[in-house]
Amino acid sequence: MRDDTLSGGFADPPVDAAHAFRAALSALARPGRIETLTGAQAPEPVSPAAAALLLTLCDAETPLFLAPLHDTPALRDWIAFHIGAPITPPHAAQFALGRWSDLPPLQGFPIGTADYPDRSTTLIIELDRLTAQGARLTGPGIETEAHLSLPDIAPFRANRALFPLGLDFYFTCGTSLAGLPRSTNVEDA
Amino acid sequence: MTAQNDQGEARKRWMSLLAKSPPARLAALTRDMTDWPAFEWLRPPEVGGVMVRGRTGGTGAPFNLGEMTVTRCALRLATGEVGHGYVQGRDKAHAERAALIDAMMQTKRADALRRAVLDPLATQMQADKASRAAKAAATKVDFFTMVRGED
Repeated sequence: MRDDTLSGGFADPPVDAAHAFRAALSALARPGRIETLTGAQAPEPVSPAAAALLLTLCDAETPLFLAPLHDTPALRDWIAFHIGAPITPPHAAQFALGRWSDLPPLQGFPIGTADYPDRSTTLIIELDRLTAQGARLTGPGIETEAHLSLPDIAPFRANRALFPLGLDFYFTCGTSLAGLPRSTNVEDA
Repeated sequence: MTAQNDQGEARKRWMSLLAKSPPARLAALTRDMTDWPAFEWLRPPEVGGVMVRGRTGGTGAPFNLGEMTVTRCALRLATGEVGHGYVQGRDKAHAERAALIDAMMQTKRADALRRAVLDPLATQMQADKASRAAKAAATKVDFFTMVRGED
């Protein structure tokens, strides 16, 4: 019982979770803006920002999909102790965590229904770098335009076309966090 | 394997005892202890509800008896032992004491701790239970039927 799967949770859960929730909310409300998220540490290869997001957004009632590289026994144990979220295949997932290159095709995730557009997956995507440069973003929450170093363009354009259905994305890198809701237009810079 | 099972059984017993112990009792028994080991929180004490299930019918089907308040926490001693505290009620200090005792029962201090805290606690709780049962038994009414003389 000396492994690190038990440590790395929030030190002061109510306050830390509130701060993290505010950051997550701002990230989705202002696509392209980069927030900082600290206070949590999950086993490798999860970034601190992604760990804090998981602790804040997931609980025992939110099925979580782990991409193959993230699906390690250590991370499963960490999730079991701190969150209790069931691990599921993509088609049943409310949240998904993984590297962009490691995720299965996005068509495999639920995009919600016309009656319940919220019954879709929120993907937490780990990137090697996250900067305010690259793809041009426009739409709700962006005054003129914003830029974000997205890993691709076409899948996000296709996702925008599904609106009001579709997937929502968080991008994490170290302690940085950015959001891309389904309502944002994505173009080449 | 058997040794591990025995250890698990023993831990189950003291966890059960700590979970059901009255907060004031445990606090009184540990008041003189000054050498609490250093520890770090894995999960700070938090209050929540759990569903208590029982078997009410003769068929043994589970039945939701009701919810009860539980406080839980987890901590790790500086020496590496992990202790969990699950106690009834919303007393966070009580949960911390229970988790500390659980962790310390895995160290060399186990025997001393068993003599100083767990055994007296078990005896007291057993005595409470017996005296309550005796009080209840005193109010027992035996019904019997006199000969009705119908002949």
